[in-house]
Amino acid sequence: MPDPGEIELNRRALMVAAGACAALPAMGANARSQPAPVGTPVLADVSFSVNGQQHALAIDTRTTLLDALREHLHLTGTKKGCDHGQCGACTVIVDGQRINSCLTLAIMHQSASVTTIEGLGTADNLHPMQAAFVKHDGFQCGYCTPGQICSGVAMLDEIKAGIPSHVTADLTTAAAVSEAEIRERMSGNICRCGAYSNIVEAMTEVAGRQG
Amino acid sequence: MKFDTPATQNPIDRQTVVGQPRDRVDGPLKVSGTARYAYEQHDVVPNQAYGYVLGAAIAKGRVSSIDLKSAKAAAGVLAVVTAKEAGKLGKGKRNTAKLLGGPEIDHYHQAIALVVAETFEQARAAASLIRVDYATGRGSFDLEAAKDRATKPPDEDSSPTDTSVGDFSGAFAKAPVTLDQTYTTPDQSHAMMEPHASLAAWEGEKLTVWTSNQMVDWGVTDLAQTLGIPKSNVRLVSPFIGGGFGGKLFLRADVLLAALGARAAKRPVKVALQRPLMINNTTHRPATIQRIRVGATKDGKITAIGHESWSGDLPDGGPEVAVQQTRLLYAGANRMTAMRLAVLDLPEGNAMRAPGEAPGLMALEIAMDEMAEKLGIDPIAFRALNDTQVDPEKPKRPFSMRRLDECFKVGADRFGWSRRSARPAQSRDGRWLVGIGAAAAFRNNLVMKSAAWVRLDANGIVTVETDMTDIGTGSYTIIAQTAAEMLGVGLDKVVVRLGDSTFPVSAGSGGQWGGNSSTAGVYAACIKLREAVAQKLGINSTEAEFADGEVRAGNRNMPLAQAAASGPLVGEDILEYGNLDKTHQQSTFGAHFVEVGVDVATAETRIRRMLAVCSAGRILNPKTARSQVIGAMTMGAGAALMEELAVDSRRGFFVNHDLASYEVPVHADIPHQEVIFLDETDPMSSPMKAKGVGELGICGVGSAVANAIYNATGIRVRDYPITLDKLLERMPDAA
Repeated sequence: MPDPGEIELNRRALMVAAGACAALPAMGANARSQPAPVGTPVLADVSFSVNGQQHALAIDTRTTLLDALREHLHLTGTKKGCDHGQCGACTVIVDGQRINSCLTLAIMHQSASVTTIEGLGTADNLHPMQAAFVKHDGFQCGYCTPGQICSGVAMLDEIKAGIPSHVTADLTTAAAVSEAEIRERMSGNICRCGAYSNIVEAMTEVAGRQG
Repeated sequence: MKFDTPATQNPIDRQTVVGQPRDRVDGPLKVSGTARYAYEQHDVVPNQAYGYVLGAAIAKGRVSSIDLKSAKAAAGVLAVVTAKEAGKLGKGKRNTAKLLGGPEIDHYHQAIALVVAETFEQARAAASLIRVDYATGRGSFDLEAAKDRATKPPDEDSSPTDTSVGDFSGAFAKAPVTLDQTYTTPDQSHAMMEPHASLAAWEGEKLTVWTSNQMVDWGVTDLAQTLGIPKSNVRLVSPFIGGGFGGKLFLRADVLLAALGARAAKRPVKVALQRPLMINNTTHRPATIQRIRVGATKDGKITAIGHESWSGDLPDGGPEVAVQQTRLLYAGANRMTAMRLAVLDLPEGNAMRAPGEAPGLMALEIAMDEMAEKLGIDPIAFRALNDTQVDPEKPKRPFSMRRLDECFKVGADRFGWSRRSARPAQSRDGRWLVGIGAAAAFRNNLVMKSAAWVRLDANGIVTVETDMTDIGTGSYTIIAQTAAEMLGVGLDKVVVRLGDSTFPVSAGSGGQWGGNSSTAGVYAACIKLREAVAQKLGINSTEAEFADGEVRAGNRNMPLAQAAASGPLVGEDILEYGNLDKTHQQSTFGAHFVEVGVDVATAETRIRRMLAVCSAGRILNPKTARSQVIGAMTMGAGAALMEELAVDSRRGFFVNHDLASYEVPVHADIPHQEVIFLDETDPMSSPMKAKGVGELGICGVGSAVANAIYNATGIRVRDYPITLDKLLERMPDAA
């Protein structure tokens, strides 16, 4: 593997690349700043809080937030289903917003506050959303479940904050909790066991309780 | 215990715990993220390294050269394993293609190398440095094109390739009303949420793997066979499984590569199949082409029914047994089925939830709807006219229980079937054309021998251990309920430990046999423990009543725990089956009802309502059983409307090999679903009087969707999935 500094992109190749993907006009510059895939990993310091606990990591810059949680902090409640943002199993709440933790690097979260499934409640002291999932049997194999629950908790906050969705009929009034809103907003969290009907019941119940 | 006569009254019939809609006992672990899956066993062995799998970039041919130099030199790399490094490997009898390819390649994304490194990032980066040159061979990838070369596969005991009763051709030719149609179902993927994953650790010659596998003993057997080591040197642990649906029935590449990687690196190694690798690396449900012919009298009695199916698989593979249900579901004196198998060099075809019936009923139950329309008979009435209480091929062999008609009647009332217009395209709700459809659900009840041991300790805690697995089915819960019922204790006194090959060999999870069979094994072990308790307490076990944490006999009343005061008592047994499943046809039945709306302008289909009415013996836990059924209905909705592996027939692979491009149902696709279980017990099946229910829900539901779309639009689509492009040009006038 050559040193990236030695890569010469001639103008013609660059134009072809840029033309093929207009969204990446600065591809040449980006390619130069990429670290080489071989050699000693580039480590970077990052510190953030997870479930109220502060963590300082010297971490491979390639490590996703998901792998930082699972492989470094051993918080394995957050699941890896696809590792590229297609399934939602890795959903966590970062500074109040739900995100796919597989699609973001750990080093991008300096000083962030991360909430994972372990931070919502414990097996002995469940969060209302976790308890509602048990009551309504909103899961089967359990692998998408932490992502569904973290996503659901943040999703209800989004409705409360008046953020509209694709199915919100009237953008001039605040969105209200409905089964249609829940289904639309939760569609980034796949459940292959097919517990959707029960998940919606669990979330509707929790939303009602929150009033 | 041998189960060879129908079950009589037994402690399960009390139904104080069994049959109750209890919450899952493992629920709090799963919702709190503390249930540990295969890749998450951080503390079981120290010093775990990471493996990353490289898959073949061709479908058929040879690796002409493979250059590992850069990968081996990359930072953090501990070992690289290829077929050459691995040396001679066997092949498990349940695998069609070998799990580690090279130099010959049998299918696209067949694993050809594993890179082991200190970190995941290092392993991934190094895997990208492996240079492979291929000599691409010619393969066959197109089922339609290969159909005429398909041959008759060998008979299997339970499902002969061809069947024939009476004179099908003659009767079909003479029938006044006939249907002769061809239907297709595409290749489909299990797409379970947890990727196949394993951690392997060697201790001398002993190997332990923590993995995600539905069938623990099959996994041990095939791993030992592949590695060429004694079965006794392999331990397999699979406590939680993030979905299987048949995709984790067999030993897969993650297990083998983790074991080989750990041997090469001299360290424990964990491997998860990368999501984009899964669909082509592992198994899938094969596509089918199905021809169905039905002949009937004018008043709707079937006189001839024939079902033929073509599917493909790798050399030495098997057919998709899509004709299976047609041998049993409807009456008719003259009948035939046949299966033909083409050699295709696509990835390995194998079982996916309700193999056979799931694609088979997707065709047959459209055919029944079409035939009913030709006859001018209501489709439910047409099915009732052709009901049979005996095996139509062997009229002396009755069904142990068959309440299909009742399922339809209950469902029709509940769903409002009487409001359906027999003429299609009559109902409009705003921009939606609305239609309803129904279809029969049918799946055989398989019974498998299953063993367990049950231990009572001095604190009155009952611990059940068996190598049974819980793939989301609720095994932990129904096994706990069984032990609680048998020993008269609360669920809080029962501990269930599953998925470890050091425990007695169970039925495992597959073919919807797991729930009934594994609890029956636990029942047998509990009978043994009850005898041991009675003996210890000096009472007659047949008179003893186990209830409320006590053992009662005559006027004596003793705490159960007292029996174990001087040491734990253990009951161990295996439940084996006689021939009640031969003398009686054991099947499960249901009726699906679906309402769809089809957009008048775009032809987009939305499912508005779904109901299933099921007849499946005793329902051990109505809450978890209902979840099984709605989950299967969801997968069936996917099969009807969106799921299709797109075959690149030039290069021989499934193009849409991830979760964005292989579309499965999401929240927005699925409405509220309703399930009704008929209240029943089937004493022919097992002492539990239960039957399978985990696959029944997917059987027929796709046809109910298709029939509802026809009812809404008047368009009959016979090629799944029913995407809008197949409807758009033929849609009724939007005005």
